[in-house]
Amino acid sequence: MRSRIWALVARQFFVMRRSPMRIAEMVYWPLLDLLVWGFLSLYLNRLGHATPLPNFVAFFLGGLILWDLLFRSQQGISIAYLEEVWSRNLLNLFVSPLSVGEFLAATILISLMKLSVSVVVMTGLAAVFYGFNIFTMGWALAPFVAELLLMGWAIGIVTTALVLRFGQGAESLAWVLAFLFQPLSAVFYPVAVLPPALRAIAFCLPSSHVFEGMRAVIRTGRVDPRELAWAAVFDVAYMAIAIAFFYRTFALVKRLGLLAKTGE
Amino acid sequence: MPLLDVEALTKRFDHLLVVDRISFAVQKGEIVGLLGPNGAGKTTVIQMLLGLITPTAGRIRVFGLDLARHRQAILQRVNFSSTYISLPFSLTVRENLYVFARLYGVRSPSRKVDDLIEQFDLVKKANRPAKELSSGQLTRLHLAKAMVNDPELLFLDEPTASLDPDVADRIRRMLIRVRAERQLAILFTTHNLREMEQMSDRVVFLNQGHILSEGTPEALIAQYGTADLEALFLKVARGQVEEP
Repeated sequence: MRSRIWALVARQFFVMRRSPMRIAEMVYWPLLDLLVWGFLSLYLNRLGHATPLPNFVAFFLGGLILWDLLFRSQQGISIAYLEEVWSRNLLNLFVSPLSVGEFLAATILISLMKLSVSVVVMTGLAAVFYGFNIFTMGWALAPFVAELLLMGWAIGIVTTALVLRFGQGAESLAWVLAFLFQPLSAVFYPVAVLPPALRAIAFCLPSSHVFEGMRAVIRTGRVDPRELAWAAVFDVAYMAIAIAFFYRTFALVKRLGLLAKTGE
Repeated sequence: MPLLDVEALTKRFDHLLVVDRISFAVQKGEIVGLLGPNGAGKTTVIQMLLGLITPTAGRIRVFGLDLARHRQAILQRVNFSSTYISLPFSLTVRENLYVFARLYGVRSPSRKVDDLIEQFDLVKKANRPAKELSSGQLTRLHLAKAMVNDPELLFLDEPTASLDPDVADRIRRMLIRVRAERQLAILFTTHNLREMEQMSDRVVFLNQGHILSEGTPEALIAQYGTADLEALFLKVARGQVEEP
């Protein structure tokens, strides 16, 4: 089992190590995000100097870096699948003894591998350009990061299932689906600013608890255990639903003969 | 016991009956050709045998095991190659084979890869990306991948399509040699009817989703009184053969 998972990870590693474009892509968007939104937050911080919002830059850059983690963890999974579709290699994988569970585990590892590159770049640049060291928030942030990754992977698994079902016409979901959750995730503002109806929806998103929790860490230096717990509860639910959805979709595409068509 | 035993295999997509209660078997070391006009159901049959399409009804037993329940154990001992699917083109020959050796849980993947590179005459291209290979070299790479787990049963979908006659002939000889060396069973499709005659011990002739006839190429030719398989194929494709 481990051999099969590592086979897929090795395949992505082989592609990446001789593809400067793929490596650049992992760095390019985080860099642009950080430059544009980082300088904007500095500017806004200066404008509101008379009554500055405490920790404005930290809130904003922390939110930006963590959102990027969620987006990239989702995208890592979807792109790992799409790479197989683009190279018409999907059937070779699914006529091997690779199981669906091993395939999903491998895409999660691949996502983690790509993510670590983006994180190193973003945290490094945030420190260089804005003197913002995300690690000053301490290890208190670590469980929130793990919860965000879980949510990103759950969205990535659902996205992949949808592309599997609806074909390459649906592949743009890999770039857009996570953003559906952004307005209600309270990335850059507290949940309290949302209208009551939307607050109820936001409550059901692990990400809203993570970003609220992050702001609490910045403000007080302490973890709010309730936010942590709610995020964990919803993460487990999201992950279970995503995996069940993937298995059902996989069975459906095999019944409809779509797997073979996707792979050719 | 046959290596592959197919019983009343049926596939229906909505109201379209694509494969209609077909039954056949493949024995150890046997080469069986799956023949039929476009739309006869050949590719659907092979994809059901590989677990890529779920049958509507019927039973597939490989090595005496039910495919629906023992997919992983069966696929460990089977492999597949098709002209219509590809391998990651930015990976080198060696990397591609290494990935599949790991996927099939080969014990010493690097040594196995070296052996395959040697055996399939890919030494000079071993460290070149797959996208730089010629059609013949690519076909050899696909076949090397298909041999990575020393399969006992090999499915080939048009193994020599798009190859020039010389390269196609070398590939056929290579397959026949491997069969002889390892008692490998092969189920293959092709539209090259000379290839079908040359390679097959037995032909399963599909038409409109069911088996029209089955036997050695010579027996089929004799049964329908045609000059060769190509003439028989044309008669079937043009509706000039009465269904049994």
